[in-house]
Amino acid sequence: MIRSSVFWSAVAGRTSQAVLVAVVVGVVSFCMMQALPGDAAYRIAAGRYGYDMMDAASAAIVRIELGLDQPTSVQLLNWLGSLAQLDLGKSAVTGNRVTEELSVQLGHSLLLAGAGVVVSLLIAVPIGVAAGLRPGGIVDRISLGASIVLRAVPAFALGVLLMLALAVHMKLLPVAGFQSPKHLILPALTLGLGLAAVSSRVVRDAVCDAMSAEWRMFSRTKGLSRWQTLRRHVLRNAALPVVAYVGVQLAYVIEGVVIVESIFSWPGIGHALVHAIFGRDVAMVQGTALALGLLYVLLNLLIDLSCQGIDPRRRAIA
Amino acid sequence: MYHTDNRNPLTLKTLATTIFATILFISHTSIAAEKTTLNISSPWEIASYEPSVAGFAFYRLGVMETLVDATVEGVLIPGLATDWQMSEDGLNWRFSLRQGVSFHDGSQLTAKIAAESLQHALGKPGMLEKAPISAIEADQNSVVITLDRPFAALPSLLTHNTTVIVAPASINEDGSHIAAIGTGPFAVDTFTPPQSVDVKRFDNYWGDKAKLEKVSYLAAGRAETRALLAESGDADLVFSLDPSGYARLAEIDSVDTTAVPIPRVVTLKLNAGHKFLEDPRARRALSLAIDRIGIATAITRFPEASASQLFPPALDQWHNDKLEPLIQDIETAKALLAELGWVVGDDGILSRDGERFSMLLRTFPDRPELPLMAAALQDQWRAIGVELEVSVSSYSEIPAGHKDGSLHVALYARNYGLTPDPIGTVLQDFGPGGGDWGAMNWDNSDVAQSLKNIAATNNQTARNENIAAVVETLHEELPLIPIVWYQQTVSVAKGLQGYVVDPLERSYRLNKISWTAE
Repeated sequence: MIRSSVFWSAVAGRTSQAVLVAVVVGVVSFCMMQALPGDAAYRIAAGRYGYDMMDAASAAIVRIELGLDQPTSVQLLNWLGSLAQLDLGKSAVTGNRVTEELSVQLGHSLLLAGAGVVVSLLIAVPIGVAAGLRPGGIVDRISLGASIVLRAVPAFALGVLLMLALAVHMKLLPVAGFQSPKHLILPALTLGLGLAAVSSRVVRDAVCDAMSAEWRMFSRTKGLSRWQTLRRHVLRNAALPVVAYVGVQLAYVIEGVVIVESIFSWPGIGHALVHAIFGRDVAMVQGTALALGLLYVLLNLLIDLSCQGIDPRRRAIA
Repeated sequence: MYHTDNRNPLTLKTLATTIFATILFISHTSIAAEKTTLNISSPWEIASYEPSVAGFAFYRLGVMETLVDATVEGVLIPGLATDWQMSEDGLNWRFSLRQGVSFHDGSQLTAKIAAESLQHALGKPGMLEKAPISAIEADQNSVVITLDRPFAALPSLLTHNTTVIVAPASINEDGSHIAAIGTGPFAVDTFTPPQSVDVKRFDNYWGDKAKLEKVSYLAAGRAETRALLAESGDADLVFSLDPSGYARLAEIDSVDTTAVPIPRVVTLKLNAGHKFLEDPRARRALSLAIDRIGIATAITRFPEASASQLFPPALDQWHNDKLEPLIQDIETAKALLAELGWVVGDDGILSRDGERFSMLLRTFPDRPELPLMAAALQDQWRAIGVELEVSVSSYSEIPAGHKDGSLHVALYARNYGLTPDPIGTVLQDFGPGGGDWGAMNWDNSDVAQSLKNIAATNNQTARNENIAAVVETLHEELPLIPIVWYQQTVSVAKGLQGYVVDPLERSYRLNKISWTAE
């Protein structure tokens, strides 16, 4: 009873937040695109036809086709009207429906970001736990060093190094592309190593704190073995900050994958957003920003719910 | 309140073993595949099915075809039209259509479909805009194109990828393209815009059927990625290598690298209506200050491609070996500017009537060498006392600045080989009023008349005389200052046979390519 009401109040709160996010994101991204210097019709024509074919005549065709000569207020109201009918419009550059483009690109980005986070957890959790169990020990010191190095190397350089090592020299994996599951491994590893550099330290600190807590001593005193204490109490307590942090990381990664997407030729949303901004493709920018905004809301909801799942006290308080 | 979780934790050892085994498994499954596939990588993304946007890719991959085709030497040959005739007055062109051609969806090519496809293309930005077309109609087995005035280069325009013939099922009721159904030796299999397209052999192709079964195209925007794709063997044909990638691949045994001169020119566009630039002597002085060999050696790394004149040798009818090459001569440049009343100021910058010789150059980063060249020009012009600010932005700022008159100087790469006969492009660039990617506020009635003559006639002697006159005037007056000619750099996997680099960048000619038996 309590659990379901907590669940529904969390969902209702986040849903109203989602509606607000949709309107604010749409209006703000529209205004920002309007504020950019340069003539939108020229930029869109450039995005469509390339520099060999783009000229003033093609910009004039674009201006009439897309109604860019209308007042900005009319253009914004049109977009909001379509949004109310759950229609995000068509991309000014490709002419495809924004929802179609997003379903492909957001899908690829979510896959890559999700895989990146999974890789980072596979690396960070065991290393973080091992380091946290013996602070100042050899694992802790080596992992700190590795973490600093990995964090300092830009994703671009790390990606190229991994390509050289695993794809060109060892021929284990393809260099770039996205057509098969093995194409996912290198970009996910590039992302995952960068993320693990930080999250392994978060795990280490969380485990370290939990290990020195008084309740841990109590559980040992009451007769639980080391392993039982670790599994039942330490990991559960340490999981809270880690889950919250991974949620933030995932959101950050989805929009931060631009570089990884472009070096690995991955058809993701970060890459698409950058192109849409250059091409002054307002509908795509609004649609992408909207999708990212809603994703944030969804992630927050999922983090809330998982933290409630992990921490019984939160359920009781709520 | 809550219950304890008694599931066994997934042990690290199991997980690590599983991942390692998966990597090994998936990396070994594809090794034994037979070689009837080809992977291509280039920097150009394919945004949609629309021929005006992505026709270049569908044409190169052999999905789409045009009425007229061309050899790598630029000689026109039959495509979907078997022959063509111009009427006596030069205003009517009749293209006889090839019979028995099917589209990839099984429908048959008819004159009506071809005419509708071209009418559709005429409404969009593209090559047909450059001809004075008043009507495109079907007549029995022919497509008839009516012109407002004679335009002899019409068949040449019909080789361009914006004039491809598409099946009616490719186009939606609202006129948008929803598929790429053509007549070529390959049909689209899967398309993930903007990154990749896979095509498969079309067995009912009317011409030489392909030996390859499947070709994958991957747009890789970063030059580093493309070089590594070539080196690892993930891509068999890789286009547009950067100088360091090209040098590295030349050392690799598994690939051959080639660089072929193409009719693309890096050039400076000058606003000849600007008070600093209206005198041809000022433009000549700026040209004399440029170290073209230095730029070609250090930036594009093909010193032989420094532009001694506007049109490169790849355009043999327009390149004139007898012209005095454009060279660097700082002293003459300074003297010319002094003649025009410019005096060196305290900061080393020229001034005249209280105005400093300071200008803004617009360029764009899509071709990574352009901003580097802009920086070199900034430095080289400073040596003669000309201050240059550089703005690196969208290339659309160049036609926009041409239109509103605010442009001073622009740096870009112009392709004069969009069609085998460059007259369409040259006419647009140097005809009356100049062009967005050509002369600005520079009008020369002799050049305009000569270009009109070239466009109107098929008589080679008359054309050559007029071309020579145009080329000489452009060399003398310098409405554009050429810097370097381009090279198309390609890496080709060893064992691939039948591949020829197309200097016009029109087609990969995939149906001529196969792998040698091992």
